Amino acid sequence: MLYREAGQFKTTYAEDMAIFPIRQDRMALAILLGIAFIGVPLLADFDIWPFGSDYLLRAILLPFLILALAAIGVNILVGYCGQISLGSGAFMAIGAYSAYKLGTGVHIPLAWLDFAISIPPLPVLLSILLGGLAAAVVGILFGIPSLRIKGLYLAVATLAAQFFFDWVFLRVSWFTNYAPSGSVSAPTLDFFGLNVGTPIERYMLCLIFVTVFAVLAKNLVRGNLGRQWMAIRDMDIAAELIGIRPLYAKLTAFAVSSFIIGVAGALWAFVYLGSWEPLAFSIERSLQLLFMVIIGGLGSIMGSFIGAAFILILPIMLNLLPTQLGVPLSTETITHLEFIIFGSLICYLLIKEPHGFARLISIGKEKLRLWPFPY
Amino acid sequence: MIALGQFLEVLIGGLMSGVLYSLVALGFVLIFKASGVFNFAQGAMVLLAGLALVRSLDLLVASGFPLWAAIVLGIGFAAVIMAITAWLIERFVIGPLVNQDGLTLFMSTIGVTFVLEGAAQMIFGSDAYPLRLFPTDAWFLFENVFPGGILVNKLDVWGGVIAGILVAGLAIFFQRTKTGRALRAVADDHMAAQSVGIPISWIWFVVWLAAGLVALVAATVWGTKLGVQFSITFLALKALPVLIIGGLTSVPGAIVGGLIVGAGEKLAEVFLGSHIGGGIEYWFAYVLALAVLLVRPQGLFGERIIERI
Repeated sequence: MLYREAGQFKTTYAEDMAIFPIRQDRMALAILLGIAFIGVPLLADFDIWPFGSDYLLRAILLPFLILALAAIGVNILVGYCGQISLGSGAFMAIGAYSAYKLGTGVHIPLAWLDFAISIPPLPVLLSILLGGLAAAVVGILFGIPSLRIKGLYLAVATLAAQFFFDWVFLRVSWFTNYAPSGSVSAPTLDFFGLNVGTPIERYMLCLIFVTVFAVLAKNLVRGNLGRQWMAIRDMDIAAELIGIRPLYAKLTAFAVSSFIIGVAGALWAFVYLGSWEPLAFSIERSLQLLFMVIIGGLGSIMGSFIGAAFILILPIMLNLLPTQLGVPLSTETITHLEFIIFGSLICYLLIKEPHGFARLISIGKEKLRLWPFPY
Repeated sequence: MIALGQFLEVLIGGLMSGVLYSLVALGFVLIFKASGVFNFAQGAMVLLAGLALVRSLDLLVASGFPLWAAIVLGIGFAAVIMAITAWLIERFVIGPLVNQDGLTLFMSTIGVTFVLEGAAQMIFGSDAYPLRLFPTDAWFLFENVFPGGILVNKLDVWGGVIAGILVAGLAIFFQRTKTGRALRAVADDHMAAQSVGIPISWIWFVVWLAAGLVALVAATVWGTKLGVQFSITFLALKALPVLIIGGLTSVPGAIVGGLIVGAGEKLAEVFLGSHIGGGIEYWFAYVLALAVLLVRPQGLFGERIIERI
């Protein structure tokens, strides 16, 4: 009764091709956005539990939004174009460090020409976006092997990117402005004269980024380019035969995905961490992102959000549970138990629903359409 | 002559540590050949086997067993642990996931990795434990030819000998025994093998057990070299480029790939690394693998990938 498209007639092509053709979907989304954009800031403003404390914003909502953005990027590459990548952490790092260099001013001395290229510090917004662009360029470079290899072989090729850039940002001190410890701090987050400092401001900033990119990504995958990606994913030879250029389709997927991951990396470094080391973008981050995409649902933008929430919140819950129940366990045991439970849950979910939460939701929707008379 | 002596020393050291990479890569190849699963958990299995071995050894020696009996019992205990692990993995993870695509299976082995790492450390403790099964001192060869001679670790030689025995044993097992033939049949075509009456779940158990035992052998050597500790799981990642270079389905490929990676990264570190900042051992193997992939996507010894619509 609640969720049903009966009676919603579509009279124009525009209505037929809308992102959310069903009215209930639009309403749900509007409510969700309303809560995210207006509800959360209001609650935080009036100090209403649990939004009053910084903990929820700083430790859960902020990383959730940024990792969801990165997961969207990974999903475009893995879920829509079918190219497995284990190097997402590296692309986050490229975004972060490029944005850092651009935000603090680039100085390239060319000693043999007696000349130096100097770029003054750019505004933060511009440097974040340019950081994404740098990641996109590197993404295209590391996407070139995908034209010859695929599947798990490609996964190892992207691992090469991961380890190479881990090393670059650790050893080449130019990227860290010759900081002796290798750890760097973000410039002040100054957006058009507005200084983003408090957790709620940071939250709003990330929310705007995520919303804009999610809408862009959703529209991209519905369009010509997205259909090309999906054709390549489903069967690359057949796609080539019907006239899709694999070179163009695969490299655009790498570029778009790396761009989004790069922006997410820059946000992660600037807005969430503040100051960071190369370890923040290690192989664990890549695996975590891949888990988010697979648990959430390959080839689903909404799945990226659900996957990000699940993978992020599960360890926190597992960590809190023993103390809440009053079971005395050493921190070491808790860490190990967390590993075991997390691993078993991943296996369990993969066995029960290999297509992730997104599939569960679409099954639920189908059931609701027929409810209460499923025949 | 000094340069040549140094070159030889680095080369031999690299080849020997390459043998150790091959030991880990072998476990990958066994499972990939038989079930098409890309087993990320191999490193965690090495950790589990090593911890089981070293902890039981400590316990047995402390309770007064003679050393040889303790070693035999300890290895037996670790082998039983690996058998139980293999059975559990087949029964609860790989079995239910039959016929899923490679990515899902790969992710499930990452899940298995988490479980094994957590369980191994919870049961056997999470410190670094020294293991001394093999001598760790070094020989100096050709001292009259090169000044200072060439340093060769005895442990590396032991590793090489063990890897040789292991490969010979596996080759005999695959070629000469009934189970080995069934294994090759399953590797070739699951459905056809099943339809002629080969019990697939039993075969997969055998494969995971074999991979577990290879992990145990790798753990004895690596444990002696580095001590049994959590960082041993990162071996799994080091074995990936070895696989790519050798080919995912080839046992000799794993050995040759390991040698190439071992020698290549040591030579690159010593002769190239000093020019560009050092630490390139960390990624050299991967970039080498990337180069191999671009020229020969199936690896040096892998079967050619033929695709049809």
